[in-house]
Amino acid sequence: MQIYLPIAEISVDVFLLLGLGSVIGFLSGIFGVGGGFLMTPLLVLIGIPPAIAVATQANHVVASSVSGVFAHWRRGNVDFKMGAVLVGGGFVGSTLGVALFSLLREMGQIDLVINLSYVTLLSIVGGMMLWEGVRAFLRRRSKLAPGKLHIHTWVHGLPLKTRFRKSRLYISALLPFGIGLMVGVISAIMGVGGAFVLVPLMIYLLGMPTAVVIGTSLFQIIFVSANVTFLQASQNQTVDLALAMLLIVGGVIGAQLGGRLGARLPGDTLRILLGILVLAVAARLGFELVATPDDLYSLGIEP
Amino acid sequence: MRGRRLILLVLLVAGLTLPARALPLVADLSSHLVAITTGFTGSEVLMFGAIEEPGDIVVVVRGPESEQRVMRKSRVAGIWMNTAGMVYRDVPRFYAIASNRPLDEIAEESVLQNQEFGVSRLRFSPKDSARLDPEDAGKWRRALIRRKQEAGLYSRSTGRVAILSDRLFRTSVYLPTNVPTGIYSAEIYLLQDGQVVNAQSTPLAVSKVGIEADLYAFAYDRPALYGLVAVLTALMAGWFAHLAFRRN
Repeated sequence: MQIYLPIAEISVDVFLLLGLGSVIGFLSGIFGVGGGFLMTPLLVLIGIPPAIAVATQANHVVASSVSGVFAHWRRGNVDFKMGAVLVGGGFVGSTLGVALFSLLREMGQIDLVINLSYVTLLSIVGGMMLWEGVRAFLRRRSKLAPGKLHIHTWVHGLPLKTRFRKSRLYISALLPFGIGLMVGVISAIMGVGGAFVLVPLMIYLLGMPTAVVIGTSLFQIIFVSANVTFLQASQNQTVDLALAMLLIVGGVIGAQLGGRLGARLPGDTLRILLGILVLAVAARLGFELVATPDDLYSLGIEP
Repeated sequence: MRGRRLILLVLLVAGLTLPARALPLVADLSSHLVAITTGFTGSEVLMFGAIEEPGDIVVVVRGPESEQRVMRKSRVAGIWMNTAGMVYRDVPRFYAIASNRPLDEIAEESVLQNQEFGVSRLRFSPKDSARLDPEDAGKWRRALIRRKQEAGLYSRSTGRVAILSDRLFRTSVYLPTNVPTGIYSAEIYLLQDGQVVNAQSTPLAVSKVGIEADLYAFAYDRPALYGLVAVLTALMAGWFAHLAFRRN
């Protein structure tokens, strides 16, 4: 059954979109990641214009992070103070990001920048997941000594030191603000929540306890992706509500199934599998960048 | 030769103005509105009519004109990126043509050029032609047409007009799912001895209707409110998902 997407202005099979939403939701349920970084390239692959895929995906991220944050909130695993600082940076970053997005779109370079960002980030993330998975897999056999909690470096010398009680940290507020800003830019340009960048930075750079990291990052992602959705819709008219709704419905179903299955599967094997999947997507996108295109010419957006 | 043709033309024009004669060309469309609804998968528009005397029929369906940007990629540090661009003016967003026999058999090149019969004879021009050498200009132009054809918006070849017993004709034009909206014109030309002797143009509206139209208008007319609604919808959906999840 075909559905005409009013903003993307093309017809797509409803079940293809629902299926895509479910599969990504399923994967995110299993692996505990948002899955936006897989969704956007797949949407582009089925013919949705990249600018619309990115903006609509941001809308989808709002829904999926809201549904996820409640559970963490109930368990008291959201550091609202840290979250607020991250959101502050995220607002600045995502506003800059959307402005940059509009500018690049006018210059006809947005597809290239989206593609390049994806190849870079997916390679890093995929490589990290694979590495972590392999390490955990090996650790299961030979017991490794746990490392230090966090190491003191130059970042701990920055001004505006603030106490974050829940995270048991006394660090400069500039640090989470800066991280929020960077992830905000990434979120706006790539249409992802950015958890795959945010979570490692919160753990390794800020030294936050792992228990509060997921809840706090979800908290930040809700606000930042809501800001991206709003700005993309009001500045670029690239948010397709019909597409977003289909992805959300599919995603909800998939995430429930994935969550149950994920609890029964061994974590390190999953991480290796996801790492391979992410690297495969990165390789596919990277190939497009370097392979000689069939036609050097393309139609740009209307001036 | 030239004199005879001129006389013929004068006679024909005179003939057209005679009140008592039957109309030399009558034509209509199966539908004057192509409605893009939720289930839109493209649409076929049928064009039909009758001619008084034998002749050739050329049918052209044109979309509204706009500016169109064309980009060209080249390799920079191993990566293919858009490095040059060109903007064309008065580019029809859609163009389809059909005729009862090959265009070059119907009329001479000058006539075809004049009437813009065929995608290669469309008269759109670059916005900034000063920095173009003719060879390069041809490449850009051909690229624009080629990409439009690949998008299904320009016809790749001339379609077929069927003529029945020299009197009735019909043809159809397919509008794909990505067809741009706007007021199109369906033009039907009657040619005799290589000259256009009669023509009729009918407007054809291509527009979104129902919820598709409402959403589109909402997004473009009140973008800020649309953004808010998008965010609120997602927040609600996420909350419902959480409730559903918790109950299980």
